[in-house]
Amino acid sequence: MHVATFRQQLAKEPAIAAEGSGVQKTALAVKLQAENLNFYYGKFQALHGISLSIVTYKITAFIGPSGCGKSTFLRTMNRMNETVRNTRVEGKLLLDGQDLREMDVTFVRRRVGMVFQKSNPFPKTIFDNVAYGLRVNGVRSRPVIEAAVERSLRRAALWDEVKDKLRKPASALSGGQQQRLCIARALAVEPEVLLLDEPCSALDPIATLKIEELLFQIKDITTIVIVTHNMQQAARLADYTGFFLMGKLIEFDDTRKIFQNPSKKETEDYVTGRFG
Amino acid sequence: MDLRVSRRRKIVNVVMLSLSGVCTALVMGVLFFILGYLFWHGAKSLNWNFLTQVPKPSGQTGGGVANAIAGSAKVLLLATCIGVPIGFLAGVYLAEYSGKTFAFTIRYVVDLLNGVPSIVIGIVAYALVVRPMGHYSALAGGVALGIMMIPIAVRTTEEFLRSVPNSMREGAMALGATRARTIFTVVAPAAISGLISGMMLNLARVAGETAPLLFTALGNMFWSRGWLQPIATLPVTIYNYAIAPEEDLHQQAWAAGFVLLFLVLGINVTARMIIARGSASARR
Ligand SMILES: Nc1ncnc2c1ncn2[C@@H]1O[C@H](COP(=O)(O)OP(=O)(O)O)[C@@H](O)[C@H]1O
Ligand SMILES: [Mg+2]
Repeated sequence: MHVATFRQQLAKEPAIAAEGSGVQKTALAVKLQAENLNFYYGKFQALHGISLSIVTYKITAFIGPSGCGKSTFLRTMNRMNETVRNTRVEGKLLLDGQDLREMDVTFVRRRVGMVFQKSNPFPKTIFDNVAYGLRVNGVRSRPVIEAAVERSLRRAALWDEVKDKLRKPASALSGGQQQRLCIARALAVEPEVLLLDEPCSALDPIATLKIEELLFQIKDITTIVIVTHNMQQAARLADYTGFFLMGKLIEFDDTRKIFQNPSKKETEDYVTGRFG
Repeated sequence: MDLRVSRRRKIVNVVMLSLSGVCTALVMGVLFFILGYLFWHGAKSLNWNFLTQVPKPSGQTGGGVANAIAGSAKVLLLATCIGVPIGFLAGVYLAEYSGKTFAFTIRYVVDLLNGVPSIVIGIVAYALVVRPMGHYSALAGGVALGIMMIPIAVRTTEEFLRSVPNSMREGAMALGATRARTIFTVVAPAAISGLISGMMLNLARVAGETAPLLFTALGNMFWSRGWLQPIATLPVTIYNYAIAPEEDLHQQAWAAGFVLLFLVLGINVTARMIIARGSASARR
């Protein structure tokens, strides 16, 4: 299918139609677009001709067995993979219609934030963790930073738990809190897109639920792309779901369609648990 | 089963065990023996005056090594200011930027530099600083010891930066930090206790160097003003007193040795405490 059908579907999408009375707004509805994207680790090709569109202010999930290239694809979208030696990208990646690979890389990463599988708070205070991205991007004003830190911590549903210990080291927080801190840290620079790579895989169900709730909350300020190995999570959270297999995007569609009536045999096998 | 063989095995076992036990005790004892021996011989000279006065003119007894203690501190400060930044930045390059083969080459060269005899480094500092200036100086001594600090500073930096998990770097870069900014604001702070204590051990290691100071810092019977005059240091003072004919100076050499050892041990213990505290807080 899938690009073509998906695009048709986009056109039918009521939310977007309502949003986009003008041409420009309709164009903005696609936040990120990959066209025929190949990715290589040295000689090994990890992604084969990926084409898809990520819709603004929607949650997009990627599922698939481990090693199928979900993280790799996610990491091409903020050019994180450039930090790995000997890698190569082919094809197009557009952010708001502009070639992402020709932008300044720090600018791309400010606009496209990322939360990692294993929470990675810096060995700094809670406050300084959240403020880091602002300072890196040149914000100096103390009141501005303080306001942004509070706002981000609130959005990450962490404010009430940490408001009295902002000067404590981040390492003193629990695993779930640390992951929410990392989300707050990413939100502080107000990214247009937030990429999350299996953000709950190390967390217990309650901590996972908290994160899912907060993702729902921030959905209207940022476009979310989440990789998950947990199919229920994708079904619960995502508006669109993509199924990866061995470096290929097998199917990308409405989440309901993927889980209830997939058009590909491989997708069906995977979502019904007959696979890996 | 052959009983004789098994008995011989048992005897060999017991002999080896007690031998390595004795050697272990010996190793542990050496430090305390040295400390005690220095104290025993230097005790008569070890008093407040010894730490606060400058040497008496030759022929008179008494006097102290205050100028040498201060001189050592000055030369070591200079050495740190030269060796640590150069070694640290090279270590940053080695750990964070260089490719595999180039890193191998750098490491190899740094290890060779570490193996250069200290007297040779002294000659180099003599040629680089003393000859052009026309006289001995604290600066020349600092340059000599600073060069000696570089290799360990490089390797320490590399080791501790590499021990910082890559997820820290990715976390910072994902927020739009440049590579350099990531290193200086996240990676190095994450490794700070290791870096500081590594540099302190490095300092302690060169604090007792004598040979490169003999023809760079030279020595001085009096207080030395500024950085460009010959300056007394503890190791060179010990050397000079030990080869002097006066019995009083021999005693003072022992006492100065005790002071030097005490200072070096103090730096060592502090550095180890910093490491221990750093890794305890990292585990938390
Ligand atoms: N840094 C790397 N170097 C070489 N190969 C890699 C690297 N990272 C991932 N790969 C390979 O790329 C493929 C896709 O990996 P990844 O994107 O991490 O999969 P997923 O996130 O879906 O589990 C795997 O075969 C993996 O072994
Ligand atoms: Mg992955």
